[in-house]
Amino acid sequence: MHPALQAVLTIVIGLGGCIGYFWLSNQLLDKLLFPARGPNIARNIRRAEMIRPWLFLFPAIFALGLYLAYPVVATFWLSLTDRNQGSAFVGLANYQQMLREAKFWEAIRNNLLWLVVVPAASTGFGLLAAQLTDRIRWGNIAKSLIFMPMAISFVGASVIWKLVYDFRPIGQEQIGILNAFWVWLGGEPQTWLTITPWNNFLLMVVLIWIQTGFAMVILGAALRGIPEETVEAAIVDGANPFQIFFKIKVPQIRSTIVVVWTTITLVVLKVFDIVLAMTNGQWQTQVLANYMYDKLFRAFDWGVGSAAAMVIMLLVSPILVWNVINARREMH
Amino acid sequence: MEGMAGQKSTLTWAVHLSVALLVALWLFPTVGLLVSSFRTAEQISNSGWWSAFSAQKGQLPAIRIEGEEQQQDGLYIIDGTLFGTAETRLSAWGTSSREPEAYEPGAVAELKDGVQLTVDETGAFRLSGPASFEGSRLPRVFATATTPPEFTLENYSNVLFGTTAGAGVGQAFLNTLTVAIPATVIPILVAAFAAYALAWMEFPGRALLIAGVVALLVVPLQLALIPLLQLHNAIGIGKGYLGVWLAHTGFGLPLAIYLLRNYMVGLPKDIIENARVDGASDFQIFTKIVLPLSFPALASFAIFQFLWTWNDLLVALVFLGTDDDRLVLTARLVNLMGSRGGQWEILATSAFVSIVVPLVVFFAMQKYLVRGLLAGSVK
Repeated sequence: MHPALQAVLTIVIGLGGCIGYFWLSNQLLDKLLFPARGPNIARNIRRAEMIRPWLFLFPAIFALGLYLAYPVVATFWLSLTDRNQGSAFVGLANYQQMLREAKFWEAIRNNLLWLVVVPAASTGFGLLAAQLTDRIRWGNIAKSLIFMPMAISFVGASVIWKLVYDFRPIGQEQIGILNAFWVWLGGEPQTWLTITPWNNFLLMVVLIWIQTGFAMVILGAALRGIPEETVEAAIVDGANPFQIFFKIKVPQIRSTIVVVWTTITLVVLKVFDIVLAMTNGQWQTQVLANYMYDKLFRAFDWGVGSAAAMVIMLLVSPILVWNVINARREMH
Repeated sequence: MEGMAGQKSTLTWAVHLSVALLVALWLFPTVGLLVSSFRTAEQISNSGWWSAFSAQKGQLPAIRIEGEEQQQDGLYIIDGTLFGTAETRLSAWGTSSREPEAYEPGAVAELKDGVQLTVDETGAFRLSGPASFEGSRLPRVFATATTPPEFTLENYSNVLFGTTAGAGVGQAFLNTLTVAIPATVIPILVAAFAAYALAWMEFPGRALLIAGVVALLVVPLQLALIPLLQLHNAIGIGKGYLGVWLAHTGFGLPLAIYLLRNYMVGLPKDIIENARVDGASDFQIFTKIVLPLSFPALASFAIFQFLWTWNDLLVALVFLGTDDDRLVLTARLVNLMGSRGGQWEILATSAFVSIVVPLVVFFAMQKYLVRGLLAGSVK
């Protein structure tokens, strides 16, 4: 069957199935199991109301459990077994092997670098853009253009930036703008992506370019939510614009800055496409997610690959706990 | 900034300038790609895209001389012109690739066997020799010339419909569409029912479930790859579209439920209570009242999920596989970056084909995207 036809069919079956399930299960509950009539009407209604939420929730819980919760456990188990020995339990051997690999430590080092630089730069630029565009007439257009990279895939962005970093041998016309600029300044053309450790930062630029718009939008909304009186009071007291920004505004949106920072941190921890497309981890640019992909799908070493995935999970878990605590506090 | 009359105008100017600089910085890379995708291969490699609109000076690919032979004063002569356009100006030329700039325009080159060649500034040439050129290979000319800027749609037709040059970008476009649309539509309804239950129904364990959704929101999907691939193989789905759709549905659900619940909780309580008092069932309240009122949130999530599934590389690579006819655009691009890294006309055009749909969605539905972002992360 043609994939497009299959797609249409899947949409119809998927949506029809959903609607059918929800409607039929509710009908079943109300008409057959606990009908709202007869001698036990009060008890029946009460029972139906107890069961109904679970009818609404079942498909979602099932999918979440199967596609997200179960894999965490399964991956943990895989990380303790060896595929080549018929999935035999090998304890922490995979972790030990991983810890002995130089590439793993390179990935950890680079990931830590990414974790510091990307959220900081994106949040910084985002805050700057949000503040600057707030008061000018064409601010919305400017915002829209800075926000635009958000829609571009990591791979597409990698192509875009690879053109920026393009290298032609000396004597030829440079077609990458970075080298053109460099040569114009009097330098020799460089193969930027092979120069350690700076190539890591050039890869980070791509993600910063994408994430700044996100930070700008969220922080812009927060800046607008600051009570006018606090700013006016500062002006009356003779504060200059920089003092107003750093001493009055930034402290008031601190919690939003934290949210933006952690959200970008999550993106950074999973960054994979950019490294795969631009250097594939060569020239000391490996990161954890690409290391894991290498192990799983190129070396077919599921044990070590799963161990690497567990390391990513471990790095994510503080944010996970923090988010859950926050969400619970909000509900009370 | 108000209340400081003296500084105000310089400060405003500084703000305008900084914003302009920031926007230019952010826009430049993409514009470079867009401009490049409309240029010819030789112009791309001869000059940077920023000079695409000025006349191009550079070495043209070798041109083989051709034309009708005529006899004149005992010599065999071929007259003709090298260039298709009248605006091209020759600055130097040669007959071997080792010395492409050996001659000035108008100079006469002595070739083998008494053959002479001359090319003037406009590209008009005259080849003359004592014997007929019939059956022999005519010389090639290497020209350094200033050509007018040239823009073409050929890259796009090559990449989308060509059989060899683009290597299946058109097919990849269809594949991506096939992945993205069901993967966007299916989770919405599942999530909406769950979100309604979590927002408006009382039952034990609700708080725990919400916490669970928040927790799953950040679980890296990297962990799910191998276990789910094993599962798909075990139940007979294997690698294919169905697997990708299911995977995207599963991975998209936490955000969908979270966004929709947050929105539904904020709906006016009176409407729902009144409907309950009037005897409407939860199913009716949901389909008749809550679902239509939640349209903005549904739209927000749909945009997120569409952008995410369209732009995804990892899930498609793992669950759809790397067969050539099944590659999605992102996977195709990664392949092209490896195999045709220097051919920017193909790379730039393919990349632009892959980002144009998300860009259109982005600009058309920006309002909902921003709303969704704000609902999803600001607490």
